[in-house]
Amino acid sequence: MMRATCIGVAALTIASAAMAETVAITGGTVHTMTDAGAIEGGTVVIQDERIAAVGVDVRIPPGARIIDAAGKVVTPGLMAPHTTLGIEEISLEPKSLDYGLDGERFGAAFSVAEAINPRSNLIRETRRQGVTRAVVAPSYRSHPLTELLDGAVAGQGAVIHLGSTDDFVIRNPAGMYFIYGETGAEISGGARGGALLRLREALDDAMDYSQNRSAWEQGDRRAFYVHRLDLEALQPLLRGEIPLVVKAERASDIETMVRLATDYGLRLVILGAREAWLVADTLATAGAGVIINPVENTPASFESMASSLKNASVLHAAGVRIAFTIDTADDSHNQPNIRQLAGNAVAHGLPYEVALRAITTGPAEIFGVDYGRLAAWQDADVVVWDGDPLEVTTYADHVFIRGREIPMESRSTLLFERYRSLDFEYPPAYRH
Amino acid sequence: MNQWIRRMYAGCLLAGLVVLWGCASDQDDSHVAFASTYEPLPSAPTVIRNATILTGTGERIEEGSLLMMDGRISAVGRDVTVPDDVVEIDGTGKWVTPGVIDVHSHLGNYPVFKADSTQDGNELSDPNTAEVWTEHSVWTQDPGFVMALAGGVTTLQILPGSANLFGGRSVTLKNIPRRSVQAMKFPGAPHGLKMACGENPKRVYGTLRERAPTTRMGNVAGYRAAWIAARDYLDKQEAAANGDGEAPLRDLKLETLAGVLKGEILVHNHCYRGEEMAVMLDIAKEFGYKVGTFHHAVEAYKVADLLAEQGTCAAMWADWWGFKLEAFDMVRENIALVDAAGACAMIHSDSDIGIQRLNQEVAKVMAAANRRGMNIAREHAVKWFTLNPAKSLGVDAQTGSLEPGKMADVVLWTGDPFSVYTLAEKVYIDGALVWDRNDARYQPKTDFELGLVEIEGEGQ
Repeated sequence: MMRATCIGVAALTIASAAMAETVAITGGTVHTMTDAGAIEGGTVVIQDERIAAVGVDVRIPPGARIIDAAGKVVTPGLMAPHTTLGIEEISLEPKSLDYGLDGERFGAAFSVAEAINPRSNLIRETRRQGVTRAVVAPSYRSHPLTELLDGAVAGQGAVIHLGSTDDFVIRNPAGMYFIYGETGAEISGGARGGALLRLREALDDAMDYSQNRSAWEQGDRRAFYVHRLDLEALQPLLRGEIPLVVKAERASDIETMVRLATDYGLRLVILGAREAWLVADTLATAGAGVIINPVENTPASFESMASSLKNASVLHAAGVRIAFTIDTADDSHNQPNIRQLAGNAVAHGLPYEVALRAITTGPAEIFGVDYGRLAAWQDADVVVWDGDPLEVTTYADHVFIRGREIPMESRSTLLFERYRSLDFEYPPAYRH
Repeated sequence: MNQWIRRMYAGCLLAGLVVLWGCASDQDDSHVAFASTYEPLPSAPTVIRNATILTGTGERIEEGSLLMMDGRISAVGRDVTVPDDVVEIDGTGKWVTPGVIDVHSHLGNYPVFKADSTQDGNELSDPNTAEVWTEHSVWTQDPGFVMALAGGVTTLQILPGSANLFGGRSVTLKNIPRRSVQAMKFPGAPHGLKMACGENPKRVYGTLRERAPTTRMGNVAGYRAAWIAARDYLDKQEAAANGDGEAPLRDLKLETLAGVLKGEILVHNHCYRGEEMAVMLDIAKEFGYKVGTFHHAVEAYKVADLLAEQGTCAAMWADWWGFKLEAFDMVRENIALVDAAGACAMIHSDSDIGIQRLNQEVAKVMAAANRRGMNIAREHAVKWFTLNPAKSLGVDAQTGSLEPGKMADVVLWTGDPFSVYTLAEKVYIDGALVWDRNDARYQPKTDFELGLVEIEGEGQ
């Protein structure tokens, strides 16, 4: 859509309903997520796809649509660091799921990006509630009848924005996903060592391949464990262009992965990370990013005995970059609740700005994407909230993604309108 | 024992409905199997002063005082006369509500620690396991009980899972971890019967086990066949009590179902879709029982008028949806819409994480509804996690609101309980301090957690 507006008049007329425009959001508390901090009574000017200006004394371009945000709060669109948006509709309906293979083959070459459906109902429900960017991640696919041996390397994730049906993939690949810990063991033959040996073998193969590609193509190398596309897919990881995103909970599992990442010179992100606070210094030293659900405090299994509500605040105090996810179980229907997680993290000791970063700039930095600040030339993903965005009584009033205001109507709001009154003359199906 | 129970049931029936309830909530149930041995913890007379009090009856008292004496609410109001030697708690800037009640928990039967060997919530051997009592699965050392306590939960119902058409009997507990489940059982609380509509039974039996039910119509045939058998069992018991024929051999499955037909056991029915709830209400009419509460009830807003008409409650989430197709039609205002239609509406968790902050879940619904102009005040919304769940469990005469004479099940919050930043500071059950955020002596730790994790430098 955005590309179309740049091309010509014909495209403009077709696209007019959804066109970018000039908008000035005035008078709100603006969380810039930059050194400028939070600005009271600030103005955010959006021009086409980008932010034109942010500040108190900002010239409002003539003809701009004014949104009065007095008493409201303005933030960047939130970024969800771990989702199945666009590759999931209903968790228990397998035909609606595209996040994983059943483990028939090594998964490094498996990519979610091309299967993403930007028209997904989940995306529409999610973005109207202020989440405008997401990491879409692969996962293992559990099937009761399949004995998995090769499920631990799940494949490549992508970063998307939720604002349009074309040109929505921002970075692909964005990360290589590896399932470690109890689940990784289960899908690798029954022990953590199984997952590790497959990963190491594949990395060794990929390193050998990168140095001896033509010899390999001529059949002049030893037999590799993985296929050509997997070998190719592992190259950006080995070059440090994308992180290894590891699902791991136990402190010792995290330490193992830090060692492995060091051995191979990999960038590391730990996902889940319930016991991460026990090894916070190790993670800080390694420069690893950590994606957690900060309210997961239950000793849910042998690998998460030390789960704690202080996970987020201890990690932050050690200097670890954190991001918050609601989804560590391949169900992305409630991504907007990442801000409730951030609020709860504040209730348990995390500084407010850090909590807000964990759902904006934090995910962006972990995946190496320039996003999450309200500043000139940034993509205009902007949300106007009717109050404190971390508060459970707050909802989004306006959501912009790359300068386009997102419709607030959805299946859920239509159902509400239909059934708000049960005084039917004709049945509900006639009310639309 | 058999003779005793039969006589008691017969007595209730002959004496009519009013006395029937008297029998069902008879405090002296020591003759009943697995009777409650619950005793309140020792408590000192305590007054909380100068707090914002939401009574659970629709009232909001600013700068109010709450007096607890002998385990009971003694007085609530702006001007409360307090005797000497009472523990004084300064509630300035803080809020007080009745204890949080969750009608849908699996703590103890699906404990927070999810080992293969702790999965005791679904008896998967048959689609009708009305004979099982989930209290026999409850692991009292589940750390989840304490986590729920830290979220202000004073009473909770543990339900069998939803794999079966009839999952078995539920149990209502006072949230104090103890050595036996009997010592946690809410005294006088009726049993519940867990039933399940929709996808779960047909998936668990039809899809995974290739036996009935494989469809929703199969589900319904299963319920009806069971009620026919229960009615027959009850008729024979009654006839025998009147000297007409032999009493049938005691049958645990039919005994539970007959308990529902007699109004002694409350039906808690897992059901998502509107038309399925309408069908379940008709089954209840056909066999002469009442559906107490629909659980999950994602589409309750579509049939809220039917629920109001039948006096059936609905227990719902704030925003869960999409994890299965029957949960597709979520609206965030569900609880508010059911409430506005005049039915008894409430939050529930079905989650060991969600149960720790049911106040926040209610806040989300209240705010969503108010954006639609529904104008719901905090003093009203508080009922969705206090008085209405007490009604659903049949314990609203004893708890669920701050009224003189009721059990002193109380939460002192650090601030507005409808804020994400607020935490339960002190929790009282029957007037006894059972949780204190600022005093480690009142932060219980289950056996399971003792010495489990070695944390260097933590002194644990």
